[in-house]
Amino acid sequence: MTTLLNETLKESIYMPTPARITAVKTFTPTEKFFKIALPSGFSLAHRPGQFVEVSVFGVGEAPISICSAPSRSNGTFEMCVRAVGKLTDALHRLAAGSTIAIRGPFGRGFPIERFRGKDIIFVAGGLGLAPLRSLIDEVINDRGKFGRIHLLYGTRTPQDILFAEDLVAWANAPRTEVHITVDRPDEAWKGNVGVITKLFPKLRFHARNTVAIIVGPPVMYKFVLMELLGKGIADGNIWLSFERQMKCAVGKCGHCQLHHIYTCQDGPAFSYAQVKHLEEAFS
Amino acid sequence: MSLRIMPKSLLKTWIKHLQSRHFKVVGPTERFGQYVFEEIHSADELVMDYPTSVLPPKKYLLPPRERLFTFNAKTMEMQPDIQAVPTVILGVHTCDMHAVAMLDKVNNTGYADQHYKARREATYLVSVECLTPCMEGSFCKSMGTLTVPENYDLHFTDLGSDYAVEVGSEKGAALLEGCSAFWEPSEADYARVDAVIGAKWQHFPYRLECDVTELPDLLALSQKSPLWDELGERCLACGMCTKVCPTCYCFDVTDEIDLNLEHGERIRQWDSCQIEKFAVVAGGHNFRSSRALRQRHRFMRKGKYQYEAFGLMGCVGCGRCAASCLVHITPVDTFNALHRLRQAAQNGSAAENTASNQEVQA
Repeated sequence: MTTLLNETLKESIYMPTPARITAVKTFTPTEKFFKIALPSGFSLAHRPGQFVEVSVFGVGEAPISICSAPSRSNGTFEMCVRAVGKLTDALHRLAAGSTIAIRGPFGRGFPIERFRGKDIIFVAGGLGLAPLRSLIDEVINDRGKFGRIHLLYGTRTPQDILFAEDLVAWANAPRTEVHITVDRPDEAWKGNVGVITKLFPKLRFHARNTVAIIVGPPVMYKFVLMELLGKGIADGNIWLSFERQMKCAVGKCGHCQLHHIYTCQDGPAFSYAQVKHLEEAFS
Repeated sequence: MSLRIMPKSLLKTWIKHLQSRHFKVVGPTERFGQYVFEEIHSADELVMDYPTSVLPPKKYLLPPRERLFTFNAKTMEMQPDIQAVPTVILGVHTCDMHAVAMLDKVNNTGYADQHYKARREATYLVSVECLTPCMEGSFCKSMGTLTVPENYDLHFTDLGSDYAVEVGSEKGAALLEGCSAFWEPSEADYARVDAVIGAKWQHFPYRLECDVTELPDLLALSQKSPLWDELGERCLACGMCTKVCPTCYCFDVTDEIDLNLEHGERIRQWDSCQIEKFAVVAGGHNFRSSRALRQRHRFMRKGKYQYEAFGLMGCVGCGRCAASCLVHITPVDTFNALHRLRQAAQNGSAAENTASNQEVQA
């Protein structure tokens, strides 16, 4: 048994390893869920919040976050992919049984050990739930080690809700609350309506023993940060995941550079304390 | 390490000797009134006292376009393409040597880039002491790059009829093996080298109005400077500044595949942070959407970010970007303008403090 990263680093850090798509589920018209099996003898050995580089030969390569928990890995992993570009469009055309190629996992994930014994607020906007799912599942799988859990999830419409089954399972976990809001409801929607910050009054937590993990579009960060900081959560207890263009994932190509930081290697998970002074971090 | 003396008349002999040992020999040659690093077939083509080159010798370590690996999209077989042709690069200026130190650092930080590493290990760097300023835009003396860093294999100093040849590494020593062109130096030779190098400094002006060590702080205080908008208004976003830069290493990666969609290759080529799409993510958000923000990013990298990330300055003062910019955006003017704006702001607030103190006293 060896890790995929060992294989990735062997001959050329840019050369991926073949992997097989074992299941595809259509979540929404633009988002699909993929289950990937590594070649036998390999484990991904990732940390929640890390990502892989996914290749479709002839089309190219793109960074995709891992949406499954390490504790359920067993030589496989999962991704939720929105079709928004050449590579992701190509992925959407692939069915179970197809072969792709993978490098990684890369970057620093969330420091889950530091969240133990604390109450956790997860805040996900849209597709941000995908990388967050690897962490939520890992926390729920080890439920006794953490305090109360709140998940706030915002999407555009009820049809855009991802991981519907997981949301139900999480809501049924002990001492776990799930709050969902949509920008534009349909007739059947009976839940919350409006921006995600509207959900904050529902939460009861002790700021000093709470960590918050936010993943979503840049515009969401600004408003959610204002809420969390206003409630007294320390800068170092707020964690975010940054999205940047990446061509190598190994700190060489320069695309993801944010000040002296390479998002691919130093991130994509950062504490707010690490990035709060950096121009361009949130815009 | 150790010094040798080579009569200039024997340069030809040495180059032939290297070629007979199957080294690819590269050096500055003249093309249409400009100088470019090219493979040398005879010593006559070599111009050791060239002013500057269009592109730095970086192109031999990080080619403008390179194949990373080949693949078969049907069988999923892959083959890395790692090139290591023993290459001697002659006549590298000290600024470009500092730039190679930067490239070495980047490519060996974290996961080492095997493609770069193989090429770099097969490359022998023969630097040359700069004795006169090469062009108007260069500011090596200000950036502290007018002395050769320790990464040279051989370092040449022009003594008139002879070259003083410092051997800087075992690789350098290997280049002298079996060639009788290199003589033991006399006491007088050491004195000649000292005299030549000692006399050169007065010919080079300081072009920055602040010290190089002030640049990171100056830039940190200049994030919101109005100067970036001014540069953004002028910038054509052509990316020329980054193409000619000896320390710029950013690249793009693409696939090319045959018409059967079977055999293909993954290619990397130089990219530029000045191009609009450089920081765009899937879905269309651009983290540096204006030319002003992209120019700021470029200069921040040169004088601050790279220093903080790798401990070496991202600019070596070669002046190529200044010479190639169609709208005359230059690092010297930019850093000096920021320095003056900063000073004016400080003087302003100092004057204000004095004024308010006087009011209090009154």
